[in-house]
This record gives sequence, C-alpha cells and structure tokens, in this order.
Amino acid sequence: MTVSQLQRDRLAYKRSRTRRSTAVALLSTVVFAVVAWFAVTSAPGWSTVRSSFLDLDTAVSALPAILDGLWLNLRVLVVCELLILVLGLGIAALRTLRGPVWFPVRALATGYVDLFRGLPLIICLYLVGFGLPGLRLSGVPNDPVLLGGIALVLIYSAYVAEVFRAGIDSVHPSQRAAARSIGLTHAQTMRIVVVPQAVRRVLPPLLNDFVALQKDCGLISVLGAVDAVRAAQIATARFYDFTPYVVAGLLFVLLAVPCARLADAAGRRLARREGSG
Amino acid sequence: MSEQVLQVRGLVKDYGERRVLDGVDVAVGEHEIVVLIGASGSGKSTLLRCVNLLEEIDDGQILLDGQDVSDPRVDPDLARRRMGVVFQSYNLFPHLSVLDNVTLAPRVVHGLGRAEAEERGRALLARVGLADRAGSYPDRLSGGQQQRVAIVRALAYEPRLLLLDEITSALDPELVGEVLALVRELAEQGTTILMATHEMGFARQVADRVCFLDGGVLVESGPPERVLVDPEHDRTWQFLRRVIQAGRL
Repeated sequence: MTVSQLQRDRLAYKRSRTRRSTAVALLSTVVFAVVAWFAVTSAPGWSTVRSSFLDLDTAVSALPAILDGLWLNLRVLVVCELLILVLGLGIAALRTLRGPVWFPVRALATGYVDLFRGLPLIICLYLVGFGLPGLRLSGVPNDPVLLGGIALVLIYSAYVAEVFRAGIDSVHPSQRAAARSIGLTHAQTMRIVVVPQAVRRVLPPLLNDFVALQKDCGLISVLGAVDAVRAAQIATARFYDFTPYVVAGLLFVLLAVPCARLADAAGRRLARREGSG
Repeated sequence: MSEQVLQVRGLVKDYGERRVLDGVDVAVGEHEIVVLIGASGSGKSTLLRCVNLLEEIDDGQILLDGQDVSDPRVDPDLARRRMGVVFQSYNLFPHLSVLDNVTLAPRVVHGLGRAEAEERGRALLARVGLADRAGSYPDRLSGGQQQRVAIVRALAYEPRLLLLDEITSALDPELVGEVLALVRELAEQGTTILMATHEMGFARQVADRVCFLDGGVLVESGPPERVLVDPEHDRTWQFLRRVIQAGRL
C-alpha cells in the first residue's frame, strides 16, 4: 500500500515523539530511584531498621517454616473459597424465592446475611474457635484449622451471598419474562438464564472478596494453627527480629498480586462486553 | 366456540390506580391473524403480557383452547408452554448461542433429546436464512437477525398461539422488511397469531381482523379494509390521521 509523503512525515514525527517520551520517563525514574535510595539509607536509624526488619540471614532461616505455614493457608483458602461460593450462591438463590411457603426460608437467609456480615471476623473466630470446643460437647471438633475455616466460611459466605444477589438483581426483568414465556419454571429460569449471566457480571467483585479471604486466612493463627503468620511469630520470637513478619507479609502480597490483576482483567473484559452489547 | 384458540373476555388490568385495560374482549380463531393497533400506552403490550400470564389480571377471563388459563388453579407454566412470545427488544439470552437459544425450550421444557432438538433448531434457522449463524452469540447479529432468531425460538416448540409484541419497533427501517416477510410467511402457513404493531400497511395486508385500542378500551374491531379505511369511530379516525401524517400508512 502506498502512503503519501505527508502521512510518512507525520508517522515519523509521532515515532520520534514516542522515543523521546520513553527516554524522559526512563531518566526521571532513575533519578527518582537514586534520590529515594540515598534519602532512605542516609536517614538516621536506617541501620537499625535494616537489621530489625530486613535482615537477610533471619529471613533465610525463617523462610522454610513460613513457607510450610503458607502451604496450610493456601489449602485453607481453596477449601474455604469453594464452600463459600456454594453457600453464598445458595443463600442468594433462597433470597429470590417468591411465595408465602418460602417466607421462613427467605427470612432465615436474610437473617444469616445480616448477622454474619455485621459480626467482626475476630469475634466469630473466638466464638467458633474457643467457644465451641469450650462447650465440651461430644462430636465438636477442636482442630484450630477446621474451626478457623468454619468461622471464615460463615463470615465470607454472607458477603459473597450479597455479591451474588446483586448480580441476580442486575439481570434485566425482560430476560426473566423471556424465559418464563417459553415455559421455563422459576427454578429453570434461575439456573439456565439468570444465574449464568449474574455470575459473569459479579466475577470482578468475587475476585476482590477472594483476595480479602487470602489475607484473612492468616487470622486462623489466633486460634493456634501454625500457618504463615504463626510461623513468622515463632521465628520473630526466636531470632528477636521482625524480619520474619516482613517475609510472611511479602509472601501474602505476592499471592494477592496475580488475583488483583485477574480481577482488573475480568472487569475490563466485562466492561468491553457490556459496551459492545 | 371451541374453534377459538384464544378468547379474552372483559379483561381488566390496573397498574396501581391507573386502569390500563378496561373490559377488553378479543378472540383469535384457528389460523387467524389478529392485529392490535393503537397509540403507545393504549394497552396493546399489556394485553399481550396478560394473555401470556406474565401479568396478573384484575378481572375478566382468558381462555386458551376453551380452558380458562386465568383461573389461579391453572399452572401458568403449563399454559405458557402452549404460547410463543416475541418481544419488541428481542430478549434473546446473551450468554447462549443462537442454536442454544432456539433449542432451550424444546430440550428443557418439552424433554426433546439434544440431537433431535438441534436438528429441528437448525432446520428452523435455515428456514429464516440464519443457518450459518447457529453457533454465533446474539450480540454478533443485527437487530433484524436477532428478531428472526427470537421468532424461531418462540416457534421451536410449536405453540398453539404466537404473540408478537411490536416486534419491528426497535429495528432500523431497512431491517423491518426481513422480519415482516417472515411473519407473512408464517401467516400463509396457518400460524395463529395475535400481534401488536405500528406497521399499518403490514396490518392491512396480513390481518384477518384489526382491533383498535384506545386508553385501555377496545374501540372497534373488524376486517382491515373497514377498520383501517373506513372506521366507524371518530377516535379510530383521529388515530389513523396521525399515523398518515407521520407517513406510516
């Protein structure tokens, strides 16, 4: 394809501007980094900060135990998230039921959401983790991991139920009318038409709640479960140095970053789809 | 009276304080095309929604093949399965492919096997010239194509009665023709249709009977050559004059 001289000149000019912008950005970043580095390292007390938060030897010695703990967090995370999704969707679906027969079910689901969305997670953890075994009833487990997981599921399924309900409400009534008009029952309409569209729409907020759950999995340590947080606490006490906390914290951050990017991408894809529709 | 597919008797519908339908009587016989005309807000769409039991009625009766389906003891899901509806805004399911949209009711509601449902679905899509779009999603289709899919979806389980609610009103002018051509073809094949439309020229060509609604009241009904050309009532005249002024007849 032939391009006029005018267009070639314009493209060349645009390219030169782009190169210039890149060079400026690069230079400014380097200058900024160097200034920041000198400001931090020359500050009084930097050596104390470095030895008590960023001590490499301590980090290396604490890492295996923290990683072991993190593996526990990850397993708790996966199991809890699956239960939360199932329970949350179930509660949201119960809240959409119409008709007087379902009044108690609806009321119960609403009450559940009100209770566990308002209850601080730490209180729920104490009540389930220490309160339940304290009853000394037969059959009540006393494994802190299991009890902590139950508390997380109770709280988070209330949040996730509300996310699902918002998604269900966001599906336009005309979709329901169309589904009913071809003869689908209420349950079939929900299952085949409404919920699949709702889930797609709420994927970004669901991933957001997933990231929140990732961090809150560390709270099972208050019940005595030896997870990443607990392992860091033990190492901190042993080495008399806060570096293990920093290590554990960084690991949680590393875990959250891919999810956050995934949530962003899901949100963008949704925006594009809705925009094109 | 049993040859009537649909009989609406003294239908009343209120939205809160406002009466949208005030004692409407309409009957549609087998293989008949009955067209509802009237200004926006005259109650055409509400009448169709009531017939499909998507709205609860406040008085009167709706008889489908002689059975009173407005009786609260009748399961509305079973009654709806005998009717097909096409909406103004298509209302296709955006997360399902064209073929899945069309085969959903036959498979889920009428218990047809997937293979058989898809074979019939493809045949129907081919009939409306959309065989090659079976695997596409609705948002990849033009408005006219989407509306043709919606008609196929409503026909896929061979309903006794087809309800068409201003199905060309949301379409670009150049796409109206393809949808009306399909309805005309259905009419020729003997499909029983109750439709609301603003396309007066089309009503005149295909309708067996035209019903003019104004303010929730059935003002007059009769063959199109009388109602649309030489109506008895002033209100019908006024409506037709406005339509003619807008260049739609």
